[in-house]
Amino acid sequence: MADYHKMWEGLGMDLATHDQLCAALPPAFEQVFLTQKDRPQGMDYFNMVIAEVHGLRIQELLEHKARGGKIIGSFCIYVPEEIVLALGGIMVGLCAGSEFWVPAGEQVLPRSLCPLIKAGIGAKVSRTCPYFQSVDLVVGENTCDGKKKAWEVLGDIAPTYVMDLPNTKSSAGFALFRRSMADLVAKLEEVTGNRLTFDGLLSAIETVDRKRAVLQRLYETRKAPKVPISGLDMLLASQVAFYDDADRFVSQATALAEECEERIKTGKAIFPGGTKRLLVTGTPIVVPNWKVHKIIETSGAVVVVEENCTGTRYFESRVDKSGASTVEELVDAISHRYFDRIHCACFTPNEGRADDVVRLASEYGADGVVGLNLSFCTTYQVENEKLRKRLQSEGIPFLALETDYASGDEGQLRTRIEAFVESLGR
Amino acid sequence: MKQSIGIDLGSMGIKAVLFDGSVRDRLMIPTGWNPRETGEQALREIYARNGIDPSDSPPVVLTGYGRNSLGKAGPSVTEITCHAAGSAFLFPGAGTVLDIGGQDSKAISLGREGTVNDFLMNDKCAAGTGRFLQVMAALLDMELDDFSRLPEDVPPQPISSMCTVFAESEVVSLLARGVDKHSLALGLLDSIAGRACAMLQKLGGSGPVAFTGGVSRSRNLVRLLEKRLGRPVVTSSDAPYAGAIGAALIAQKSGKSRS
Ligand code: SF4
Ligand code: SF4
Repeated sequence: MADYHKMWEGLGMDLATHDQLCAALPPAFEQVFLTQKDRPQGMDYFNMVIAEVHGLRIQELLEHKARGGKIIGSFCIYVPEEIVLALGGIMVGLCAGSEFWVPAGEQVLPRSLCPLIKAGIGAKVSRTCPYFQSVDLVVGENTCDGKKKAWEVLGDIAPTYVMDLPNTKSSAGFALFRRSMADLVAKLEEVTGNRLTFDGLLSAIETVDRKRAVLQRLYETRKAPKVPISGLDMLLASQVAFYDDADRFVSQATALAEECEERIKTGKAIFPGGTKRLLVTGTPIVVPNWKVHKIIETSGAVVVVEENCTGTRYFESRVDKSGASTVEELVDAISHRYFDRIHCACFTPNEGRADDVVRLASEYGADGVVGLNLSFCTTYQVENEKLRKRLQSEGIPFLALETDYASGDEGQLRTRIEAFVESLGR
Repeated sequence: MKQSIGIDLGSMGIKAVLFDGSVRDRLMIPTGWNPRETGEQALREIYARNGIDPSDSPPVVLTGYGRNSLGKAGPSVTEITCHAAGSAFLFPGAGTVLDIGGQDSKAISLGREGTVNDFLMNDKCAAGTGRFLQVMAALLDMELDDFSRLPEDVPPQPISSMCTVFAESEVVSLLARGVDKHSLALGLLDSIAGRACAMLQKLGGSGPVAFTGGVSRSRNLVRLLEKRLGRPVVTSSDAPYAGAIGAALIAQKSGKSRS
């Protein structure tokens, strides 16, 4: 990796602390990913992206800014990337998956918040995330209580805009969502200095839909009886989708998908026969959180699908732009794609999610479901019990897990996961 | 039935059994600070006491939190699976297992032939485990065994703190107020029963509950559990060995044959 210290310094980062982070990531990555057998060649690109996560990509973002473009950060998949792209911006999903940032987050937030929020805010507080240092605006959103209130704290230290979201999937809820979209468009037009055009928005929709389509195509390959790609590698590819250049991501992920499809044709198996297939559902799994996938895939099982915001919720379903002839109609279509199709536990009720889990479990031939939630995430924790009952009635084995980013509970998690896998064995 | 050996490397005690359809030999050694050495010692003792040549060992299965520390002795199976198998063997009528060990507690709903249908585990904190009782016994100047034969005619003193550290200071202040020691001891057992009950109710199920693990030796706790659950609670002197017995049962199926 080239020396990026000058660039980081220019971003006002805490270099000494950031060096510690940079030193910790490669060995962790190596231990988790490079110890896997028979990884697809196509993963080389994603390895490189992770290696350059604070380097090359940041350089690109800064070049974009130098050309007058804006960088918009987001923490939730309800924030529409199409609008950002159409206004000449780049959206980055701010990764908040490292324990490294949690202590800094706890300086300004209570400990009893989910690690994603604490790490997200901690990354800014500690000035060790070059993405956070580069963004022109963070678009927060009113979803869970923790995030809602954390935006007030973030607002003091970073340019923050909060998108209001409804609590119910009702027509009144949609009206609110649609209004919030209009407000967001206005805000982003102001920040970027550009105006939405029909053609620009249409092309942005197509770009983002291509990203969704290729993720879908990759996921499809995991339905094969002999999975061609580990859950860990797929997780990494999905995580990269949140901050990589969209077009480049699509071409690299397409190559990876072709390789996986080829593996299916030749019947190549990367896991021994009898490996149990698991569906993981729950809270988002953001970079560099690979903890539970790693434990699962070294305990006699493979993750074949993730029903969460870094999994199917991110890419399932496209924007239905048919018949739209104005910018407003395109924004309507985008709004429907997000509002109708993303089943987040911050909404009540949220029956669509359980339906999705049941459907996906059957589509992907899952032997069992793991409900994986971050500690202190109340909404998903409450929902886990409903999910347990629903899956019980469907005859699908279910294991609920709760964990954070720290490694202290890995032994305990392993015992639960191994026991769950053993119970699927007979 | 051929012979097999099960070793349960728990956090407080290492249990080993020699099994051939029934329990031929059993032993328990405090884990100490080195589960691997203690585990090896347990295995050696089982060999020596039963005239087994180590080079011609019956199949061994390891379980418990230290199950991977004795790598060469045999394959490892989680304590959940082993407790289910062992409990189904010891208590044929039970549909649910409650295990309270040294550092964790678990509830297992049994499937057919001692398989696991579902399970819940509490291993995040020591509250309501053997370790909790050990700390409290020291505080009350009692032996762990004393918790098995408490008088039944004193009311349990409610203990409100769930956490070991807070419960400790609560007990200290209750003692200072002159609350009866036996009442306090019963109160502590009842708080364990309360936690266990919450876990069992979450798991669902009906019928007798098989109670295993070191803490199951307390008859007082058995009665407190029955009262809260409204279900019969069955246990036996073999109950602390349920994990090891389950491991030996699983070794029967997997290991090489030897009659
Ligand atoms: S879980 Fe809900 S709040 Fe979190 S990223 Fe997903 S949609 Fe947004
Ligand atoms: S994981 Fe849960 S608590 Fe954390 S940000 Fe998402 S919805 Fe909020």
